[in-house]
Amino acid sequence: MSAFWIAVIGSSALAFAIKFIGASVPQTFLSNPRILRINTLIPVALLSALIAVNTFANKTQLALDNRALGMAAAVVLLIAKAPFPVVVIGAAMTSALAYRYI
Amino acid sequence: MSVKRDSFSVSITVGAYGSAFGAAAVAAHFSVLQACMLSLLLFSGASQFAVVGVIAAGGTPINAIATSTLLGTRNGLYGLRLAPILKLRGFKRIVAAQITIDESTGVALAQNSESDMRKGFWYTGFGVYIFWNLFTLAGALGAQAIGNPSAWGLDAAVPAAFLGLLWPRLSDRKSWVLAGFAIVLALTLTPFIPAGIPIISCTLLAVIIGWRK
Repeated sequence: MSAFWIAVIGSSALAFAIKFIGASVPQTFLSNPRILRINTLIPVALLSALIAVNTFANKTQLALDNRALGMAAAVVLLIAKAPFPVVVIGAAMTSALAYRYI
Repeated sequence: MSVKRDSFSVSITVGAYGSAFGAAAVAAHFSVLQACMLSLLLFSGASQFAVVGVIAAGGTPINAIATSTLLGTRNGLYGLRLAPILKLRGFKRIVAAQITIDESTGVALAQNSESDMRKGFWYTGFGVYIFWNLFTLAGALGAQAIGNPSAWGLDAAVPAAFLGLLWPRLSDRKSWVLAGFAIVLALTLTPFIPAGIPIISCTLLAVIIGWRK
């Protein structure tokens, strides 16, 4: 089985397991405030790391290229309160232009 | 009826965003079928993008699974919150679990009565599921039809999507500080350890910063 299929099936199985357990266990379980606090912070940490690596790295090398300009556009659009699809398309268009002309 | 209207507008807006996922997945060398399977089976935006993002960054499948699963833990907590309201059992519990995501939970919890909460959950859950999957297929086919992903800016669409998901979570000083540290830690580790591990290492920062009130 290819690495891609392992990633697809493994992550899907675990995602469902978590959802199902959540819908099945008694509510008092896991309602410790510290766990709740850490749980809301985990996406912030992981998403930030994913942004950094997908913008400024190629495999294990740091890189500054067209993607950085795309991300700059995304930040500007988010500050301007642009809707989600506009942010993604704006970043892609900026990055594509930078790729072509720089 | 306003529950229906809320559910529909959330479903179509968020669903349309599935096209960005489909395109990003194909740009990261997933097949159209694999992109669609992620939307059908995993069905949680941030986790799906994480699978694609970790693999695109050169990480191993185990790394992709771990990162995606950590991002999905909040869905379990949503289930915990919703289960008493939804009164689930048997097959209904399985279906409800699969569509327990940010949006279905958000719309449900925004309602005033329990019956509207149930409607909001089911309408939004099914609505997002349908549109998200249709748009994933469209985005994946679209990306397959065009050649070099960089020439179309698809390599920037993945981090932009992550940023769009992160933005509403940056609600206080603590989360901004955490985001800053996570970016610095991930990039500092990148040249020295295998791809993918710098990302998941940042979980530790969330534990450290979340430990104290």
